[in-house]
Amino acid sequence: MDAILLQLLNGLDKGGAYALIALGLTLVFGTLGVVNFAHGALFMLGAFCAVALRKLLTLEKVVLDTENLTAWGTPTEIRTPYVETWFGEFGAVLVNYSVPLSILVAIPVMLVIGVAMERGLIKHFYRRPHAEQILVTFGLAIVLQEVIKHFFGANPIPQPMPENFAGAADVGAMLGMDPNVIVYPWWRLIYFAFSVAVIAAVFAFLQFTTFGMVVRAGMADRETVGLIGIDIDKRFTAMFGLAAVVAGVAGVMYTPLLPPDYHLGMDFLVLTFVVVVVGGMGSLPGAVAAGFLLGILQSFASMTEVKDIIPGIDQIIIYLVAVIILLVRPRGLLGRKGVMES
Amino acid sequence: MTERNDGPSRRRVLKGAAAGLVTAGVAPTIITSAYAQEYRNKPTGDTVTLGFNVPQTGPYADEGADELRAYELAVEHLNGEGDGGMLTTMQPSNLTGNGILGKKVAYVTGDTQTKSDAARASAKRMIEKDGALMITGGSSSGVAVAVQSLCQEMGTIFMAGLTHSDDTTGKDKRRYGFRHFFNTYMSGAALGPVLSDEYGNERRAYHLTADYNWGYTQERAMKDSTEAIGWETVNTVKTPVGAGDFSQYITPVLNSGADVLILNHYGRDMVNSLTQAVQFGLRDKQVNGKNFEIVVPLFSRLMAQGAGDNIKGILGSANWNWSLQDEGSQAFVKSFGAKYGFPPSMAAHTCYVQTLLYADACERAGTFYPPDVIRALEGHKFDGMGNGPTEYRAADHQCFKSVLVVRGNANPTSQFDLLEVVQEVPREQVEYDPAIFGGELGPYEVAM
Amino acid sequence: MNFQGIFSMSRKDVTTLVIFSIVVLAMPIWLQPFGAAYPDLMQRFAIFGILAIGFNILFGLTGYLSFGHAAFLGVGSYTAVWTFKLFSMNPIPALFFAVILSGLFALVIGYVSLRRSGIYFSILTLAFAQMSYNLAYSVLTPITMGETGLQLEASDPRIIDSMFVGEEAGLPVSNIFGLEMTGIPGFYFCAIFLLIGFFITQRIFASPFGMMLRGIKSNQTRMNYTGFNTRPYTLTAFVISGMYAGLAGGLMAVTDPLAGAERMQWTASGEIVLMTILGGVGTLLGPIIGAWLIKYFENIFSSFNENVLHNLFGFLPDGLEGFVVEITSMFVGEGWHLTLGLVFVLVVTFLPGGMMEGYRRITTLFTGGGGDGDKAKSEDTQTQPAE
Repeated sequence: MDAILLQLLNGLDKGGAYALIALGLTLVFGTLGVVNFAHGALFMLGAFCAVALRKLLTLEKVVLDTENLTAWGTPTEIRTPYVETWFGEFGAVLVNYSVPLSILVAIPVMLVIGVAMERGLIKHFYRRPHAEQILVTFGLAIVLQEVIKHFFGANPIPQPMPENFAGAADVGAMLGMDPNVIVYPWWRLIYFAFSVAVIAAVFAFLQFTTFGMVVRAGMADRETVGLIGIDIDKRFTAMFGLAAVVAGVAGVMYTPLLPPDYHLGMDFLVLTFVVVVVGGMGSLPGAVAAGFLLGILQSFASMTEVKDIIPGIDQIIIYLVAVIILLVRPRGLLGRKGVMES
Repeated sequence: MTERNDGPSRRRVLKGAAAGLVTAGVAPTIITSAYAQEYRNKPTGDTVTLGFNVPQTGPYADEGADELRAYELAVEHLNGEGDGGMLTTMQPSNLTGNGILGKKVAYVTGDTQTKSDAARASAKRMIEKDGALMITGGSSSGVAVAVQSLCQEMGTIFMAGLTHSDDTTGKDKRRYGFRHFFNTYMSGAALGPVLSDEYGNERRAYHLTADYNWGYTQERAMKDSTEAIGWETVNTVKTPVGAGDFSQYITPVLNSGADVLILNHYGRDMVNSLTQAVQFGLRDKQVNGKNFEIVVPLFSRLMAQGAGDNIKGILGSANWNWSLQDEGSQAFVKSFGAKYGFPPSMAAHTCYVQTLLYADACERAGTFYPPDVIRALEGHKFDGMGNGPTEYRAADHQCFKSVLVVRGNANPTSQFDLLEVVQEVPREQVEYDPAIFGGELGPYEVAM
Repeated sequence: MNFQGIFSMSRKDVTTLVIFSIVVLAMPIWLQPFGAAYPDLMQRFAIFGILAIGFNILFGLTGYLSFGHAAFLGVGSYTAVWTFKLFSMNPIPALFFAVILSGLFALVIGYVSLRRSGIYFSILTLAFAQMSYNLAYSVLTPITMGETGLQLEASDPRIIDSMFVGEEAGLPVSNIFGLEMTGIPGFYFCAIFLLIGFFITQRIFASPFGMMLRGIKSNQTRMNYTGFNTRPYTLTAFVISGMYAGLAGGLMAVTDPLAGAERMQWTASGEIVLMTILGGVGTLLGPIIGAWLIKYFENIFSSFNENVLHNLFGFLPDGLEGFVVEITSMFVGEGWHLTLGLVFVLVVTFLPGGMMEGYRRITTLFTGGGGDGDKAKSEDTQTQPAE
């Protein structure tokens, strides 16, 4: 029982991550019809917003001690972080909370990157074949990766979470069960809550604002909306920016769970495409549902009891489920007819 | 050594004639040069070219960059530039800083991408196009095994870089391949007694294992050595390579009754699984009245960097660490640090040593002719290279030397001071009979 | 297609074939100044050329974008190596089985995947390929040797060979009755298959079957409405293209007897897609040029280290040399990925339709207006956006 509950928690937090990344992708891919292979790179850039902020906050004043030499003959360095010399205690708090603080940095940065990407490159490709969208966005992804590698190296860079959230929560005890049976890391619970909040915010934005309504109308019938004198292009640019922000903050919050490196985006890219397509093209709820479904199934497939029956099932479960769903439901879970079918 | 002195062999005539038929004058230079050479890429000018094949893209790019730094340093030292590094401490040594056999050392580089295909393509380029006489480098066992077997076919010596699987000098060993790095068997044998001292003999271990060849051998080695000290193995679970999030494999550990988690992971897998295991509160846990412990059989400083604070206090094993106080290590750390401003990683160390050992073997053999160089390396005993007295065992081309048991440093004095050496386990304790892994070295002479 | 039809080629096709043959066969000469005239890279040029034109039969003609084509490459390689191990080092049976088995594999995957179109098709093929890769890497290790890769061993049975040839020291090399498939002979062996493959593709492009596939690409719904079942045609194209990939995989094993699982990974499938688009989708020569370009970057650009650059720019004054080397080193050696990414972006931005579009523009510039063939080409490349 406890094993099942724990895997359910795993599935929810994994699913939250998948849904969040897929949400951003589906905004551009499922609605604007642009196959964006650079979406994983946006996730990665978000993660490196957190890395960069922490680097800035922990910049150290280096004093060389020429009396004491290191084993390799250079003077020893005495390092004191600038923030602590300037702000004292408050500086330490800033460093401690660097990951959540990075969200404040990531939102404007990712917005600018997203809009620049759309205006500078992607907008020329709306009417071009999907094949060329793939090539240009894949090329862009490689360039972004290499730039990050140039500045941050290829090794993963650890991003500690705030100390208050470092441990694990006794979820079982909270639910009135035996203590110490169902413990789950605080940060994973936070990530799940965070993803639900962001997803809800995006839905509300599209559902209840005029802007959102126009965008939805434009998604359904771009030409008509254009004809009634609305500048749909501008809205689409904004959508691209929004997608970049969603991907970025998803990346920021993920860093404590997975020390980021420049290659992070590519690892998520394929998975995200599978999630979006299983959810059904053009459907935001579909992407979210598929994210959670695949996350939960993946968790359960990884249990030893399941692996004993079908060896290697945890290696292929996502793809197997994708095949089954696409064969049973031609347009994924909630796909619209005619989107990206030819 | 008929191939060497006699005229062309039957096979070569056949091949040459057939090639001549096919190419019909398109590439006459290639055919004539094949006749003129007694062995592939025999250095004719005043330089000798070595091929450094390291990962430059992909997850191990930083490790590859460090290997390349070590190689460049080794070339400098061989050519008599810089402070000489381990040339001054190596015993016995025939190296004089005058290149190899009087020829200046030049080098070419390539990107393995940590993929066997790409690594072989890159090695082939260095051999076929750039005339490399020896290939070295790499950061994974898959690549090492793939390149090693290629080098056997090509008749080019391969000095492996970082590769830890038993297979490299076990079932996939080759006459032309040599490994200075240690292997999973040695990691297990070295860790066993230390684990017994530190954590007692009544422990229940849970293994998470990377689902590929290296992981399998690492798991086997750890299982054998922990069961030998009386531990019980609760479960062994395979995890997909590059899984990223390991939470679904960690939660079953929580209530399994195990009190030790052994992570048979390397590279990013290890960084991720360790980070996540610590977040699940495993290290604050009490099971069976004992503190829950995590063990990572193979460590490196670069991985420790990636895992951050989570590595503190964790036991593992390593081939070498810059904090070693012997003369050889200090000489190497000093000249590496002087050139690059930071200490070398263990991957850099093994690559540097391999280059020097190859050069020295050529000097001792008095020729670059690969079969003679191989014979010079086989059974060679040396010292002063940072691991104490070492022997290249002739039966499997594996170096035997002491192995380090290390622990994540709780109070690092610098950003590089991440591992402390707990014990230098002597060679006798980690040695094994080459027969247990099978494999066959193959011939000295290779038809070209 | 009757027998006569196969050989009645248009004059333009004959010219293309002849010129292409000369270019391929003369590679050891004209690649010399590019530093690419060594056997291994030329073998790769030929092999990946086969892979790309095969992929183009599916993607270029029918518009179905398979994102799992590397799976067939992997199946071909594994089959060939196993044939070497069990039966004979002669490449002919190895290639035969490689093509047949990958064709069967493609039949199964194609039959299932072609029930969907567009992006749904792409994801289905991707899913099958990723499952093959993940399994080959892990639980199928007894058959595939997983990460290390499947290799020859001295103890292999080689039933047929052992009847004729006695024990030889060391591992055998793939050979046709003594002619070893390494080095230059290995290249020409692959090159002959590339030319045959190219010839067949030309015939398919010009055949009624090819026209039918193009029809499916431009409007499948309309073709279905006319009561015409398109599935057998697309499935045939899928299987043919899978067999090309199997042949390429087999040839990889012939020239270098090792089959690794990463050959089946999605990045490998993606590389095939990129090659085709970079060169020009639906054109005969484009995909081959795309394949050559990417392989050239991978093998040659990655080999320029600072040492090489210093030699290259040695003629410059010291300060300037250091600066130039600093800048260039970002794009070569460990930075070769960056160059590749930039090439992708620049080519597709300025040359819609890939490298072949560039070629078309140049010829138009010199002849002042292209011929019929060029017009046909541009029609191919200008596909409609999906919605």
